[in-house]
Amino acid sequence: MDRLDRRGFLECMAWTGSALVWTSAGGVLSSRMIRPAQAADAPSGGFSFVQISDTHIGFKGQANGDAAATLQQLLDRVNTLRPAPAFVIHTGDQTHGQKPGAFDALAEQLKGVKTERVFYVPGEHDVFLDGGKEYLSRYGKGTVGEHGWQSFDFKGTHFVGLVNVLKYKGEGMGALGQDQIEWLEKDLAPLTSSTPVVVFAHVPLWAVYPQWGWVTEDAERALTSLKRFGSVTVLNGHIHQVMTKVEGNVRFHTAMSTAFPQPAPGAAPAPGPMKIPEADARRMIGVAEVTLVQGGQPLAIVDSILG
Amino acid sequence: MRKEAVVLIGLALAASPAAHAIGPGSAAVGIKEFTFAPAALQVRPGTTVTWTNHDEETHTITSTTGAFGSSGLGNDETFAQTFSRAGTYEYFCALHPRMRATVIVQ
Repeated sequence: MDRLDRRGFLECMAWTGSALVWTSAGGVLSSRMIRPAQAADAPSGGFSFVQISDTHIGFKGQANGDAAATLQQLLDRVNTLRPAPAFVIHTGDQTHGQKPGAFDALAEQLKGVKTERVFYVPGEHDVFLDGGKEYLSRYGKGTVGEHGWQSFDFKGTHFVGLVNVLKYKGEGMGALGQDQIEWLEKDLAPLTSSTPVVVFAHVPLWAVYPQWGWVTEDAERALTSLKRFGSVTVLNGHIHQVMTKVEGNVRFHTAMSTAFPQPAPGAAPAPGPMKIPEADARRMIGVAEVTLVQGGQPLAIVDSILG
Repeated sequence: MRKEAVVLIGLALAASPAAHAIGPGSAAVGIKEFTFAPAALQVRPGTTVTWTNHDEETHTITSTTGAFGSSGLGNDETFAQTFSRAGTYEYFCALHPRMRATVIVQ
């Protein structure tokens, strides 16, 4: 998906048959979905949530001298959303290199978000030093076997959080592992195929760019168990840019980072933080708002840059 | 007496093979664009190898056998390891396991 300019955005949104409301605050465009006319009264089950990703607290580089500051500016933006998001999902790389104090600092910042709850899945930056010990001591409780994966239902939509950064086998790509895949199959089994499903995980579950590790090596079987559902949305992070793909009833979306962008696949010798001025990087970092409207309509994902 | 000793030592050093640019007991590996360079570093026993991360992304130096390992290195951060015993030491980056290289001590 290309950079989000107004025209490109409207083109993308046209297929949903929904209208957009653009507002401008401080010269920065942000957008909100407005519901189609017939659903204008009581939303009855419709809701929105926010996906943030790759906050990399502790990062300091050319594109961003203060990752906590850009995150705060984006969270302040999230706090202006009306209605407030039902919850927030963080798709991993909370910290940059598991820097001491980073987990605490992030938790503190997220306390300021006007929402009911934050759900987490780890990125490789959160677990590489100790096999996930620190991460799971904070966010393992309430997950399956305290391994970090989890599912929950919200207003008829089934959400699944997967961990694909703890089973690296030296191939340098995401991996789910047998036990998690088997759990997923059992978890989905009782659901009717008309249940909307949202899956979130750090590393993309589809092959964005395997050369850079932007793929999950054993996602095939997991995706097969999702095929029967009428509406599946997969939300990932890791690549620090928006990328989308539709395959049958499955819609894949990767979010921007709140800290720094990474190059488009193959556009640089290697992945990693782009070395560009902060002013330019601000147009390539942001958050995603996801809105579900009941009645079998596709959910809408709006990616907003910081600007 | 002292003068002759100094001269003798000087001659011995000049005659020794493989004088390194860094210094006789040390060597360097650079990490740039997700690559360890040199990929295969040859050193003598007792050499201290220093890695420097030139990327803004975090990298580690992690032995495949657990013999040595760094924490996450940020931009311009370094890690040093002295290799006393001869052998081939494979290592990789824990964040990006496709990054692999070796230190050959002989």
